[in-house]
Amino acid sequence: MNRLSEQERRVFEAGCAIGLGFTQPLSLMRCGGVGRILAVQASDGNQEVERGLLEMGFVEGARVEVLHHGFLGRDPLAVRINQTMTVALRRCEANAVLVGPLRDAALESVPVMTLEYASS
Amino acid sequence: MTTTTLPIDESRLARIALVGPPNCGKTTLFNTLTGSRQKTGNYPGVTVERKSGRLRTPVGHTVELLDLPGSYSLRARSPDEAITRDVVLGRQAQEASPDVVVCVTDATNLGQHLRLLLELRQLDRPLILALNMMDIAQKRGCQISIDALSRQLGIPVVTTVAMRKHGVQDLLNQIDRLLQQRPVADGATAMDAWEEPSPDAIRAYHREVERVLQEAVIQEGAPERLTRQIDSVLLHPVAGPLILLSLLFLMFQAVFSWAEAPMDAIDAVMVGLQQWLSAHMADSLLKSLIVDGIIAGVGGVIIFLPQILILFLFILLLEDSGYMTRAAFLMDRLMSGVGLNGRAFIPLLSSFACAIPGIMAARTIAHPLDRLTTILIAPLMTCSARLPVYVLVIAAFVPNTTVWGGIGLQGLVMFGLYATGIIGALVVAGVLRLTVLRGARQPLLMELPSYKWPNPANVLLGLLERARIFMRRIGTIILWVMIVLWCLATFPSAPAGATEPAINYSFAGMIGHALAPLLAPIGFNWQIAIALVPGLAAREVAVAALGMVYALSGNEEAVTEALSVALAQDWTLATALALLAWYVFAPQCLATLAATRRETNSWRWPVFMFVYLIVLAYLAAFITYRVALALGGG
Ligand SMILES: Nc1nc2c(ncn2[C@@H]2O[C@H](COP(=O)(O)OP(=O)(O)OP(=O)(O)O)[C@@H](O)[C@H]2O)c(=O)[nH]1
Ligand SMILES: [Mg+2]
Repeated sequence: MNRLSEQERRVFEAGCAIGLGFTQPLSLMRCGGVGRILAVQASDGNQEVERGLLEMGFVEGARVEVLHHGFLGRDPLAVRINQTMTVALRRCEANAVLVGPLRDAALESVPVMTLEYASS
Repeated sequence: MTTTTLPIDESRLARIALVGPPNCGKTTLFNTLTGSRQKTGNYPGVTVERKSGRLRTPVGHTVELLDLPGSYSLRARSPDEAITRDVVLGRQAQEASPDVVVCVTDATNLGQHLRLLLELRQLDRPLILALNMMDIAQKRGCQISIDALSRQLGIPVVTTVAMRKHGVQDLLNQIDRLLQQRPVADGATAMDAWEEPSPDAIRAYHREVERVLQEAVIQEGAPERLTRQIDSVLLHPVAGPLILLSLLFLMFQAVFSWAEAPMDAIDAVMVGLQQWLSAHMADSLLKSLIVDGIIAGVGGVIIFLPQILILFLFILLLEDSGYMTRAAFLMDRLMSGVGLNGRAFIPLLSSFACAIPGIMAARTIAHPLDRLTTILIAPLMTCSARLPVYVLVIAAFVPNTTVWGGIGLQGLVMFGLYATGIIGALVVAGVLRLTVLRGARQPLLMELPSYKWPNPANVLLGLLERARIFMRRIGTIILWVMIVLWCLATFPSAPAGATEPAINYSFAGMIGHALAPLLAPIGFNWQIAIALVPGLAAREVAVAALGMVYALSGNEEAVTEALSVALAQDWTLATALALLAWYVFAPQCLATLAATRRETNSWRWPVFMFVYLIVLAYLAAFITYRVALALGGG
């Protein structure tokens, strides 16, 4: 359910190749923004942050949606992961999560798992 | 491995451990199974200790059940998670790993919660998976094939609704079954082989969970909408903080206005008792002990029961509804400004009840410096034991009027005192983080659980529990301190022909007069000095002690009138304000210092805490007193 589909990967790579900037760190996403995680890695290679994020559900392929943010500096963020769990984190850590586009916004408003079952 | 039947031997009961991610209902299940009343709440990190209880399985085995702090993985990040890891791995001193591990998970969030189970499965212990919160999962239309899940994972799976007994019968049967075929424990070697998963190992767990769920989930539940809608208001960047502030404000208004009637009733009973005893007992030392020592003292504390219960009602509702983590979310930016984690706000909010659970709850904070800072500022949050002192002084000196169209002035002053405590705590944290506890900023990663309706039975039981604890405190420590204090205040008796009240010549009077010069600069008289010393045992004792001191030093009529009236006559406004300022900061609680010693494992920090608090308290009282005098409050 969470794996990157082949189509998504192609769109992402094409986007990168022509510099469309389809990807952005989670920390730059706006409220209401939806996307799929492409990579989780702290810029300074800090394994502790990476593992912490992974354990809270920020894993490659997961669907994320930014729900709320704080007042000052729009920090922290509340992010919904895979429609099941909401996690609060600071922008500083959210920098380590790279997010790409979903396949199709209209399709994605339907719960991801149901989609998979319909197709399988 | 051979299998044997269970030796039913009291010295070595079979041990069953409840392990699971935070907030999945382990403690609720534990309470249902063992009939205990451990604290539950709708936020991660309620349980921070290993708790044990006993139960009889359907077959008739007596087993020991362990409730453990929640953890997302065995790779413990914080001290509470380390407890879980050590118990599960059998690293605890003189305790092997548990005979059966029950992995409790939230059925509405299996995608995140099954990872821990996979980690546990590697340990090669008898394992059961309990899918808890099945009622919510079903309401959302989620369908899971238990058989498929059990087959895929290779372990028994049961579904439970932790609050209801019949839901957990299956679990007990499975425990029995596993105990019957229990292998002779040889787990120690397997346990030592456990090592922390690398980031890629965690990714592999994620993929495995995904595969298992593809097989087992028949119908994914509809995503939760209500929580999202509520949050769009409660976590709104502008409205959210305002709502948090109004909630706290409402809490203190309620503490004053709702408690009035029951307090008056209790007060009337106490005064009636006192008058009846004064009239019907012959003058004797015993009469003085009962009337002046016990009723004036202890009775003076009992009347605060309604207020403490109202405060706890609010705290319980906040805890059970799921608002605690939202408050932490809203406070995070402010907290990070002083080098703390928003997460620290949860232990600090708990400290409104009592600093000791707050200090223990700091275990959920991963980073040692963050945790230490949180422990050190916890006593600045106004605990419920300070309530009687505040209420007494406010009732005596702040008129019971309303300002700005209906806001009670007394409640407003109370809110101000709480706010002073919070702001003081933030400033102290900032200073500590810039000086003695310098270190890097720590990440915040906190799950925001779905809102739930507080369970009325749960809230009621919680309140009864608080009432019981409060009455027990009164019946034990406060009563004893009062009896000792009465003796000190009565002997030696006044010399013949003395003109002053007898208490002036007693030991307590001597101590009070000896301390008075030290406290004179901050406006305290010798009566307050007498009350402050036993107030170290428990803050409420200060109120009881004042009640007794004024009862002993007053004349007959004064004895039966309310303490607040006596105070209003005897103290200046400046003195009253200085006492309030003192109480915001003063380390008037030995139990808090002892808890700090336990949690930090050294004497250094409790001593540090005591010194910085007492210096702050003296300064605050001094400044308040001088400013109030200058403004004509003498
Ligand atoms: N509807 C429903 N609510 C439940 C169920 N089990 C627990 N709860 C609620 O879930 C919340 C969390 O329960 P706890 O028992 O405190 O959770 P815990 O796993 O001990 O949490 P930590 O100690 O923080 O790890 C409480 O508000 C419970 O009332 C259940 O089966 N159904
Ligand atoms: Mg618990």
